[in-house]
Amino acid sequence: MTDKPKETNESRRQFIKNTGLVAGGLVGGTLFGGLLTNQFQKKPEIQDVKNISGGLQEARVFINRARDFDILSAATERIFPKDDLGPGAIELSVPYFIDKQLASEWGTNAKEYMKGPFISDIKEAGNHNVQRRQDSQGPNSGTQIPTPSPRYHTILNRGEMFTLGLRKMDEVAQKEFGKGFVELDPDKQDEVLHMFEEDKVEMKGVGSSNFFHLLLQTTIEGAYADPVYGGNKDMMGWKMKEYPGPQMGYLDKIGEEKFIKMEPTNLRNYQGH
Amino acid sequence: MAVKLDKVDVVVVGTGWAGGVVSAELSKAGYKVIALERGKNVIRADYIGVKDELRYTNRYEMMQNLAPETITSRNYLDEIALPVRTRQEMMVGTDLGGGSVHWAGATYRWKPYDFEIRSKTIERYGKDKIPEGMAIQDWGITYDEMEKYYDRWEKTAGTSGEPDPIGDKRSSDYPNPPMKESPAVRLFKDTTKKMGYHPYQVASGNLSKAYTNPDGEKMGQCMFCSFCTQYGCDFGAKSDPLVTVIPTAMKTGNFEVRTGAYVRRVLYSGGKATGVLYVDTMTGEEFEQPADVVVLAAFTFTNNRLLMLSNIGQPYNPNTRKGVIGRNFNGQFGITFLGARGYFKNKKFNYYMGAGALGGTLSDFAGDNFDHSKLDFINGGGIELRQYGDGAIATNHVPKGTPKWGPEFKKNSIFYANRSLVVWYTSATMSWWHNFTDLDPTYKDIYNDPLLRITNRYTDQDRNIAKFGIEKSREIMKAMGADIIDEDEVPQEFDHVYSGGHYAGGVIMGADPATSAVNNYLQMWDVDNLFVVGGSAFPQFAGHHPTATIGALGYRAAEGIEHYLKNGGQLAKGKQGGTSA
Ligand SMILES: Cc1cc2nc3c(=O)[nH]c(=O)nc-3n(C[C@H](O)[C@H](O)[C@H](O)COP(=O)(O)OP(=O)(O)OC[C@H]3O[C@@H](n4cnc5c(N)ncnc54)[C@H](O)[C@@H]3O)c2cc1C
Ligand code: SF4
Repeated sequence: MTDKPKETNESRRQFIKNTGLVAGGLVGGTLFGGLLTNQFQKKPEIQDVKNISGGLQEARVFINRARDFDILSAATERIFPKDDLGPGAIELSVPYFIDKQLASEWGTNAKEYMKGPFISDIKEAGNHNVQRRQDSQGPNSGTQIPTPSPRYHTILNRGEMFTLGLRKMDEVAQKEFGKGFVELDPDKQDEVLHMFEEDKVEMKGVGSSNFFHLLLQTTIEGAYADPVYGGNKDMMGWKMKEYPGPQMGYLDKIGEEKFIKMEPTNLRNYQGH
Repeated sequence: MAVKLDKVDVVVVGTGWAGGVVSAELSKAGYKVIALERGKNVIRADYIGVKDELRYTNRYEMMQNLAPETITSRNYLDEIALPVRTRQEMMVGTDLGGGSVHWAGATYRWKPYDFEIRSKTIERYGKDKIPEGMAIQDWGITYDEMEKYYDRWEKTAGTSGEPDPIGDKRSSDYPNPPMKESPAVRLFKDTTKKMGYHPYQVASGNLSKAYTNPDGEKMGQCMFCSFCTQYGCDFGAKSDPLVTVIPTAMKTGNFEVRTGAYVRRVLYSGGKATGVLYVDTMTGEEFEQPADVVVLAAFTFTNNRLLMLSNIGQPYNPNTRKGVIGRNFNGQFGITFLGARGYFKNKKFNYYMGAGALGGTLSDFAGDNFDHSKLDFINGGGIELRQYGDGAIATNHVPKGTPKWGPEFKKNSIFYANRSLVVWYTSATMSWWHNFTDLDPTYKDIYNDPLLRITNRYTDQDRNIAKFGIEKSREIMKAMGADIIDEDEVPQEFDHVYSGGHYAGGVIMGADPATSAVNNYLQMWDVDNLFVVGGSAFPQFAGHHPTATIGALGYRAAEGIEHYLKNGGQLAKGKQGGTSA
């Protein structure tokens, strides 16, 4: 990858430290090491965490293994990294957002058609639309997230896909580079992610690009959804984009030529009006 | 055993615009009407304060729950169809008011050419212009006959708009003035005017001012709040059945709506519909609702499926190309609405503001408004620039060549969040012998009934018209001054994504009972007391949004049902030996 690995690596370490979210990776990568790191880091950082979380105490509600969560965190950060524009996925609390989504009816596919038979040739059916970008096609494209939409054809629900996918990422990292995903340099992490994106990884029950698509989609959602879902911490995602959140309306502003930058508001404030 | 209920005059399945208009008109005329809706009961308060992009745009809160029921889809006759499993791939309305509540509101009448497409194409270009296998048909009704129904529906809906400068005859102006312009819409209109085209403001169901419709229903003024498409309106400012036809029906005292009522069959004996069978989704109990007239207004898929499940009408057979139920499946899919996206390096638009139908459009390349002699397709489409008011999750458009993720993606997506516009072509879709619906042999709904199967593929017609539209959109985007212009790619094949809610056909109207299921009153040719209303009646899809035509057909059907209730019998004489593919 061409994007200055060293700098990125450093900034990555920086916010890992700041947020104390990622266990492992820095000290040995064992669960114990991770916990220790967290313990030690939490103390001096308490002020920061409080500021960032707006008083909300995050905890995992879907992902059991801390290791899985670390992989998720590291992967989302590669997809949406911290830079001079502002925070990346971890600081925006995207991993917690995704964790919550996986526990929701969306994560359990409660409103999707999940009856069999499921055809076994996943490559054929599962990835049918992998090249289709939703922002460039269809009557509704103006309101869609620009990620490809693979044809969904698996018995696995999204939560199961994530669990499998995250562990597979570690496996692939080990096999290709001799280290766990979290311990890899960012450019190597990117390589692993690309392998998933390009369907070069064999996964059971689902194409690896289907999993990657979900990871990509939820990372973007987590950066920009209303903070009530646990991501977009402190509306920092919206602030980067100069997006004002839910407002009453723009009747008096819709004709204005000049770009109008507003202090964003969110659902909590909007509904409290 | 199903519990048999008391008989009513009319039972209506579905409560969108189609079912809503019919319910309002007949209950106003004094008939006892019951509407059955599979979704939940909703009122305006359910939409107040719910400006939540994730929940509505990305998780499809208002769309059909697919766990109990979906459709299956394939391209070719010899393929196995697979279920469309996720709401990301399929958007169909449910709950009181149906898809007619979360629609955007873009309102277009269809053209005289659309209603008589076969005759007019042959008249102007000769028979050879229509390729073998293209199953386009005249509707059995003309624009001039449809005009008064369009007019009625626009007044009920409070449509805000200005006439198309090169549009067709109207008996009166839109009931409300056009919406305000935004700079992006202005740029589109100014530019295209300079190019010699005839732009105008998209007519909208987002109301430009507070309005009381002829039935006495009050609607608010649109706030351009931008949480519009796929949402219910926070302000009662979008014309939908919840603020218009449903309350109108309610206040007659002749109307009852039952939600959580999933209709499974039309009951049929001795050549007549006797009522419908439905399940109360809260209790699982089955009910039989007898009626003198049965109206199916449950959107294309259910209208098709209920007739097939109930063994009513001759199913279409693609091998013989005979039979009527399921023929001419059509609609707007991924290959429509293609165009060009422009990125402006030095110009920012307030693109987080907007309304579902805020936009500019032109019909210079719509229908038969331009000469097709040298073109390798027929029909056309509108060109639009719409400003929906995009949420933060949706505004991640990046110039081609930008990686899909990582640092460069982040940088570009943030930089261009308010600096990109899209112009697209809302092209028409012609019908073909090989695009149709039937019952799936494998997959079933929660009650063990077969799902509806769609067989649909693209043709050169679709790809050629799309290419043409992309080229025109690119020229306009260039003239608008975009620094980077990305053209949409024309997909080779239909991808089984049913987004946008514009799918039609299968129970089409026409003048010939051999090639159409319903007459021009939406009455079934062979079942006098069964009316099938909605996009299912479109023999093919025009190059504009469908809902005004669905609303107008609702009024046409209501008129027919009244005739029938008074006089009985078949309302139209079928012409023989009309058209077939
Ligand atoms: C996101 C989106 C945006 C759109 N924007 C536009 C636009 O800008 N302009 C435009 O012209 N069109 C637009 N449309 C299309 C528009 O929504 C439809 O054309 C219109 O709503 C169709 O009206 P209808 O009454 O036929 O069906 P619906 O409004 O869908 O009503 C059908 C009803 O029948 C019910 N039903 C179905 N099956 C059963 C059953 N078995 N038992 C009981 N009830 C049942 C459904 O739950 C539903 O409530 C849009 C669609 C979508 C999805
Ligand atoms: S944009 Fe207008 S019509 Fe749409 S939801 Fe907001 S106020 Fe209602």
